[in-house]
Amino acid sequence: MLKIQNLHASVEGEEILKGINLEINPGEVHAIMGPNGSGKSTLASVIAGNEDFEVTQGDIIFEKANISELSPEERAHRGIFLSFQYPVEIPGVSVTNFIKTSINQVRKARGEKDMPANEMLKKIREKSALLDMDRKFLSRSLNEGFSGGEKKRNEIFQMAMLEPKLAILDETDSGLDIDALRIVSDGVNRLKTKDNATLVITHYQRLLDYVVPDVVHVLLDGKIVKSGDKELAKELEERGYDWLKAEQVNA
Amino acid sequence: MAYTEQELEKELQNKEYEYGFYTEMEADTFPPGLNEDVVIGISKKKGEPDWMTQWRLDAYRHWLTMEEPNWANIGYEKPNYQAISYYSAPSKKPKYDSLDEVDPEMLETFKKLGISIDEQKKLAGVAMDVVMDSVSVTTTFKKTLAEKGIIFCSISEAIKEHPELVKKYIGSIVPSTDNYFAALNSAVFSDGSFCYIPKGVRCPMELSTYFRINQAGTGQFERTLVVAEDSSYVSYLEGCTAPMRDENQLHAAVVELVALDNAEIKYSTVQNWYPGNKEGKGGVYNFVTKRGLCEKKAKISWTQVETGSAVTWKYPSCILKGDYSTGEFYSIAVTNNFQQADTGTKMIHLGKNTKSTIISKGISAGKSQNSYRGLVQINKRAENARNFSQCDSLLMGNKCGAHTFPYIEAKNKTAKVEHEATTSKIGEDQIFYCNQRGIDTEKAIALIVNGFSKEVLNKLPMEFAVEAQKLLEISLEGSVG
Ligand SMILES: Nc1ncnc2c1ncn2[C@@H]1O[C@H](COP(=O)(O)OP(=O)(O)OP(=O)(O)O)[C@@H](O)[C@H]1O
Ligand SMILES: [Mg+2]
Repeated sequence: MLKIQNLHASVEGEEILKGINLEINPGEVHAIMGPNGSGKSTLASVIAGNEDFEVTQGDIIFEKANISELSPEERAHRGIFLSFQYPVEIPGVSVTNFIKTSINQVRKARGEKDMPANEMLKKIREKSALLDMDRKFLSRSLNEGFSGGEKKRNEIFQMAMLEPKLAILDETDSGLDIDALRIVSDGVNRLKTKDNATLVITHYQRLLDYVVPDVVHVLLDGKIVKSGDKELAKELEERGYDWLKAEQVNA
Repeated sequence: MAYTEQELEKELQNKEYEYGFYTEMEADTFPPGLNEDVVIGISKKKGEPDWMTQWRLDAYRHWLTMEEPNWANIGYEKPNYQAISYYSAPSKKPKYDSLDEVDPEMLETFKKLGISIDEQKKLAGVAMDVVMDSVSVTTTFKKTLAEKGIIFCSISEAIKEHPELVKKYIGSIVPSTDNYFAALNSAVFSDGSFCYIPKGVRCPMELSTYFRINQAGTGQFERTLVVAEDSSYVSYLEGCTAPMRDENQLHAAVVELVALDNAEIKYSTVQNWYPGNKEGKGGVYNFVTKRGLCEKKAKISWTQVETGSAVTWKYPSCILKGDYSTGEFYSIAVTNNFQQADTGTKMIHLGKNTKSTIISKGISAGKSQNSYRGLVQINKRAENARNFSQCDSLLMGNKCGAHTFPYIEAKNKTAKVEHEATTSKIGEDQIFYCNQRGIDTEKAIALIVNGFSKEVLNKLPMEFAVEAQKLLEISLEGSVG
């Protein structure tokens, strides 16, 4: 589904991603772990098409098409979703209005008509129930005054509404309390099918107990230095990253 | 390539006026120039009584003694008042009973504007008095209104049919000596609307007038007078749009509102005069005097969405004379390219327990300058007066300016005046967030701007709110993407 080949990206002349290779197949869950500043969010942004970053080398192939030159909205239309590490506020625009606009813009791009209002309403009810969200929430301004956990839950709500093919969850677990983590993880799991894929970025093994990864990658200084199964996450939790850094230096 | 604010800005500058076109019509137009003969001529053309002619002449003579004001935050080339033609009327037929009789070209114009009268007529509860180039062309729903004793007609007609009312109220709120442009308007006003709601009557529909400048070089000077008798209610909508022009056009309107005891007037405006091209050439000068008087427990709300004009100077005001009266001002002002807007309000608290609310949203893009200037004046006698003001500015790019000048004069110690102000920018992170959800940049800006303006948009009557949202999108997006 997603194939990243030798991806280099820089911002303001400084190289952040230094040759990433990554392949994710339909139905798979991949996890990326790595120290602060290693480039995890940058990778997520670059896949989503954020033009703040300049791709200097390499390609991003999504469903057999090279999407490297596509705008972020075109990538979204093709089914790429990013749950932001820091979701932004849009004052005066309700969650409902935002998601309605989003869904209809995606449909429009695919040559479909607007979603009928009753269908939209039904879907909103269903998905907010799935994530155990108070519906009062939906009429509030997007992310404005939301607690950290509420913002993350709202991201997953949008993901549930949009039903993407590839969901990238950037530290969706940070900020969630124990119950919320379970609810959100349950939600993510229930949205999983054999045709879609998930890329989770996290610092904590705990999330991976709920959303079980098929592959775990370690990102260090802009490169994937190790990949393994879910046991790798446990090892990282115990040992930290220093041993991997040492391996890098020695290599 | 990164989508920078500078690029956004550039794209916004390419936005041209969407409604730029001009309808060719035979017109009965005065040659350019202004003197006593012209003033008398206008009055004669309109078949006005002598007292009106005299009133105009007095205003004209006073105007001659006045100096055109200079404003701190506005720069423009002052109009040559002798180069303007002061009267123009569609000459084919002044009045029509049905649409079939209306000049097809004019109907075509309405269609281009998206204000098909057919549709508007059907729109539940909207009566229209269409003012096109100074003479009202068609009036609808008059009968329903007449049954309630409501008068809604052109001011020229009112001068003839209801002289006692006009004589009593015209100039009572905005005297002809009030300011330079009010004096000019009093001397040469072409037409406008008159609205009278009798005691205890709730006007069953939104009253709506579309104004339009249509003849090259014709300044338009509307005069609107709304009188709401005791315990009556009316909601009045004013919307405008003008065709593309090369030379600047002067627009100096006067609006007077009288809300007697317990009466309520809602006055909503969507203003979309031609703002000039992206070099700042052309465009309408909009110098408007709007003022309302509230008697006891009366309420006046001004709601405005200003997207047009090259230069806007406008301060809808409330004189809260009666005890327990309320004044409200809700405004969205959008400026782009080289537009300059200096708008705001004046709330004059005279009575006890008077209350005023000001919500102003300024959106600036391009090289435009957007100023809010508000005066809250609490007079000695105004015990327990309250004011709340909130002024928010949204900036796009680095070359535009937003300025807030709140003036507060409180002469009574019991007064409570609160002022809040914020300035924000549309962030690239917000745009990217929207893009990531499949929303393109153009739509994202519209969404963010609408969100920013929501408190004011919510105050507009439903059908107007939709139109206003469209205008916001048109004036800011244009050629993005
Ligand atoms: N827009 C930017 N301008 C300059 N530097 C940037 C920008 N975005 C990211 N960086 C730098 O790139 C590096 C990688 O950042 P990134 O956000 O991808 O890290 P991360 O792995 O997600 O870290 P964390 O675990 O803290 O979220 C950091 O050194 C960061 O400062
Ligand atoms: Mg990060």
